[in-house]
Amino acid sequence: MSMKLKALLKSPWVFHLSTGSCNNCDIEILDCLTPRFDIERFGMLLAGSIKHADVLLITGSCNRQSVIRLKRLYEQAPKPCLVVAIGECSLSRGLFMHSYNCPVPLDKIIPVDVYIPGCPPKPEAIIAGVVKLIEKVKKEKVESKK
Amino acid sequence: MAKTIVPIGPYHPLQEEPEFFSLTVEGEKVVDIDVRIGYNHRGIEKLSEMKTFDQSTFVIERICGICSTSHPFAYTRAVEDIISVEVPERAKYIRTIIAEGERIHSHLLWLGLAGHFLGYNTVYMWVWKLREEILDVMEILSGNRNNYAMFKPGGVRRDIKQEDIPDVIKKLDSIIPSLTMIKKAVIDDPVIHARTKGIGVLSKEDAINYAALGPTSRASGVARDVRKDAPYGVYDKIEWNMIVTKNGDVFDKVIVRILEVLEAIKIMKECLLTLPKGEIDLNIKDIPPGEGIGHVEAPRGETFHYVRSDGTNRPVRHKVRAPTFMNLPTFKATVVGETISDATIILAAIDPCYCCTERMAVRNIKGTKLYNGEDLIRLSQEKTEKIKRKMGL
Ligand code: SF4
Repeated sequence: MSMKLKALLKSPWVFHLSTGSCNNCDIEILDCLTPRFDIERFGMLLAGSIKHADVLLITGSCNRQSVIRLKRLYEQAPKPCLVVAIGECSLSRGLFMHSYNCPVPLDKIIPVDVYIPGCPPKPEAIIAGVVKLIEKVKKEKVESKK
Repeated sequence: MAKTIVPIGPYHPLQEEPEFFSLTVEGEKVVDIDVRIGYNHRGIEKLSEMKTFDQSTFVIERICGICSTSHPFAYTRAVEDIISVEVPERAKYIRTIIAEGERIHSHLLWLGLAGHFLGYNTVYMWVWKLREEILDVMEILSGNRNNYAMFKPGGVRRDIKQEDIPDVIKKLDSIIPSLTMIKKAVIDDPVIHARTKGIGVLSKEDAINYAALGPTSRASGVARDVRKDAPYGVYDKIEWNMIVTKNGDVFDKVIVRILEVLEAIKIMKECLLTLPKGEIDLNIKDIPPGEGIGHVEAPRGETFHYVRSDGTNRPVRHKVRAPTFMNLPTFKATVVGETISDATIILAAIDPCYCCTERMAVRNIKGTKLYNGEDLIRLSQEKTEKIKRKMGL
């Protein structure tokens, strides 16, 4: 477990990418930042650029336009980069399963660490998802030490 | 001075479809703008043609999360137009209530983000906190915060429970004082005046020529609102005012939206208080061959749906036109000639996607990066700071 990952777990900065979503998931992510939910108290902050971020939040059904850009973005991200798929769209493409423009689900394109189901998931669910992600990474850390 | 191109987009994390703008700038001044759309293409029209009439509403709802009422509303009206039926009275009231709730949360969302771009993060946080109250109201009424799934051809899926109504009205009343305060703050604030008055003016002629819709056109003095021009739901039975201002600048667009929120609260309350008893659904079984259109006033303007049926249980053609599609070209009239630090708020003013600015990057022709989206928001916020300092605030 690197120093970097340890620091990451203290205050994971998130970057958010919409790959052809209906906006609801994106708005719920923003909602997490506003006074009622206020995830900034846990050190989470929305970063403006992937180069500053530790966690990639992905919404939407990965349409053909976005697949190339998604890959490019993931390559640019400083590693370790944790990926969270938010909403039914990015989990399995949901309603857009049969769309001609949404060829494959997200986890066939880049590795995904946590899946948050819901259409859209409530802000509480998103926060719970990120907390689970942190726990998961911590556990892996302990196991790798053994 | 060499011309530089500013690419904005295509992806933006907040609102509607991702779009791609390229601003051509000369120094600080914007001299041309080009728009490209199609980045959020998910083949919705085709998907809708693959589903039955009833299932289609769920697909249509997911065109845009913020307009998740307007699209199904227009679609169900188009289907009802094919059969030529009128939905029951109670269903009409419920539809109107949900549609106005959506207008409130959509305008508040815009107002918060506009505040953010002007460097007033307090406004952003305050308004989004207010917006939570409306989402609570929607959750009480429909069981969901965003995708309400209330509409179906021939009526509504869920009834409003009588015992919920006092709670809802209390919540609606509770946001009026804060909203009035925000309205006063916007009207009185000299800095907001300096940043938004006379900025990004869309003249009345331009609004008509570009066929602008919704608050964008109403701020320019074009009294055009589907709710008044071709009333649907119960808008013809209820007292409400169409908000029209005449200057067409960003300030007027803000004012129109704030006043529309207050108006929407009024409509919602009146509908809740006068909700008639009765059926909520016609239980439509067969859709005859034919074609129909439906249009409603979405928060951003008129949404238009066309549906053709051949007598089977699926639409053979479904066409959707969203309001932003008509409002985007107005940038040619509003952004050109303004400075780049104002471009952020002007592009945001039609309520398309402010978030595109988060991916803005200014490049010169050789492709060297000068600014990115954050820088542009920062530019906009710094301008506000400068004005504040000048005014000695
Ligand atoms: S999961 Fe649902 S709410 Fe989220 S982007 Fe997809 S359709 Fe929209």
